Amino acid sequence: MKQKRSWFLPACLVAGFAFLYVPILSLIIFSFNASKLVTVWGGFSTKWYGALLGNRQILDAAWLSVRIAAMNATLAVILGTMVALVLTRLGPFRGRALLSGMATAPLVMPEVITGLSMLLLFVSLEQWFGWPQGRGITTIVIAHATFSLAYVAVIVQSRLTQLDESIEEAALDLGAKPAKVFFVITLPIIAPALISGWLLAFTLSLDDLVIASFTSGPGSTTLPMVIFSKVRLGVSPEINALATILIVVVAIAVVIAGYFMKRQESLRQRDIQRAIAANE
Amino acid sequence: MTRIAYLPLGQRLAHLFEPLTRQLVRLPPVRWLLTQISRLGFSGKGLVISVPYIWLLLFFLIPFVIVLKISFAEQIVAQPPYTSLVNWADEKFLTLKLNIANYLFIVRDNLYWKAYLNSVKVAAISTLLCLLIGYPMAYGIARTSPAWRNVLLLLVILPFWTSFLLRVYAWIGILKNNGVINNILMGLGIIDSPIVMMQTPFAVYVGIVYSYLPFMVMPLYATLEKMDLTLLEAAYDLGCRPFKAFLKITLPLSIPGIIAGCMLVFIPAVGEFVIPELLGGPNSLMIGKVLWDEFFANRAWPVASAVAIAILMLLVVPIMIFQRYQAKDAEAAR
Repeated sequence: MKQKRSWFLPACLVAGFAFLYVPILSLIIFSFNASKLVTVWGGFSTKWYGALLGNRQILDAAWLSVRIAAMNATLAVILGTMVALVLTRLGPFRGRALLSGMATAPLVMPEVITGLSMLLLFVSLEQWFGWPQGRGITTIVIAHATFSLAYVAVIVQSRLTQLDESIEEAALDLGAKPAKVFFVITLPIIAPALISGWLLAFTLSLDDLVIASFTSGPGSTTLPMVIFSKVRLGVSPEINALATILIVVVAIAVVIAGYFMKRQESLRQRDIQRAIAANE
Repeated sequence: MTRIAYLPLGQRLAHLFEPLTRQLVRLPPVRWLLTQISRLGFSGKGLVISVPYIWLLLFFLIPFVIVLKISFAEQIVAQPPYTSLVNWADEKFLTLKLNIANYLFIVRDNLYWKAYLNSVKVAAISTLLCLLIGYPMAYGIARTSPAWRNVLLLLVILPFWTSFLLRVYAWIGILKNNGVINNILMGLGIIDSPIVMMQTPFAVYVGIVYSYLPFMVMPLYATLEKMDLTLLEAAYDLGCRPFKAFLKITLPLSIPGIIAGCMLVFIPAVGEFVIPELLGGPNSLMIGKVLWDEFFANRAWPVASAVAIAILMLLVVPIMIFQRYQAKDAEAAR
């Protein structure tokens, strides 16, 4: 079917994408502005990039955030994979509905509530058991992993449902222990979902301001917290420079990913064609 | 903010790593390691269920019970700044003291009501605006050629991989008095004095619609893409006009996507803190910001907990609708 070509849909798309991208472009353009006023053009300059690289506070916070994000992602992948396995492979058991509810609720819970409840838990735990002593990297990682694992669980779950269960069943029938089946058969097949879940959990943690603010202590100021305290006081050209670096890194990664995705899709199509040809 | 719109991309991304992991698991050291781990012989089932179960009970469910508990406590000057509910009276009787003063306080004080209702209003209007902007976009993407579709879809999600905070920050530079919009309008001679846009409800709407638009587009696209186009063809053949065919066929079929998109925008928007804090002014108070201020500025932990419970009460129904939708979706995927 060929629909009548109208101007309406293309116009909506152009307007919609302009709305999404004009703010980002303005961030990039004004990062090269010599004037400190950010939005008043004072000539081309890269001095804010130099200032950014000399700012120890921002660099330290960035390094801390990367470390927290990596720990969070690793923990979230382990726990999220377990949740996905339990929900897809272990069949009905008492309390399954509760687990599935607890594993999807963090996806939509407002951050202020998650942050507050986490902090109150840590304070109460400290009161009752003396652990954790104060708040810092550990508490941020625990709080982040709790909501990140929900995202990992959804991704791994969708991969597990696509996976042909008969391979695993065959191995079990031949006498392999469940643990062996998982590590030798299931894990290699779901590994792509684990990597993509890890990356997602990493970015989620790197970007979080609210939950980190509640669960951090003195000496554990993450990058979003530093940005937030600067931005609150008004625009700052260093932040524009930081944003530009981030956007460029992400854009390059996405272009490379897009290229590989496309190549793989065409390889897959070729394989399908070959398989059909071989059957005929 | 929640970033559930990521999930489709996460699933897409998984395919990308397929060749890499296929090579990886063939490497002898990796194979040796996996075999060694699998020989450890721990009882799989109990461990696999209990570890995430205990984790989620301890770090997700119990915290809510604690929030509920502290919302009934009294505020005191101490560390932590609240009283305990259960006490030993005369060393013999266990007494439970529930203090509803925090709830009475937030019900009686106008500020909280205003913030509460304003949050619902802002979230509802933003959801509607997202739907109005997002529906034609999702429809347009679903009806372009497959090659373009992937590029456009990637463009919708791309902003998400850059920092949310920085994207909200970008609007300060655009909306402020000597910002981009006012500079252009004044440069063209359309206005003489800058239009005040920062710290107004308008700025909050712009920020929320901007940040949450992809949450609306992704589920709408998913349903519109799956739609059977021969239905429309049949309608056209029988002489139905395009607009009527849209109302009678496309719109009803896309209702699951509309519901999912609206929930994904409305639920996180109600509790939004960053956007009203950075773009809004005193007239655009939202409940998430009230909770933050009670907690960090006033150190009123019991009141903040009562506010959290109030937000949860408001969101229980939308969250349950969303959960049901998710469960149905998971069943359909099987």
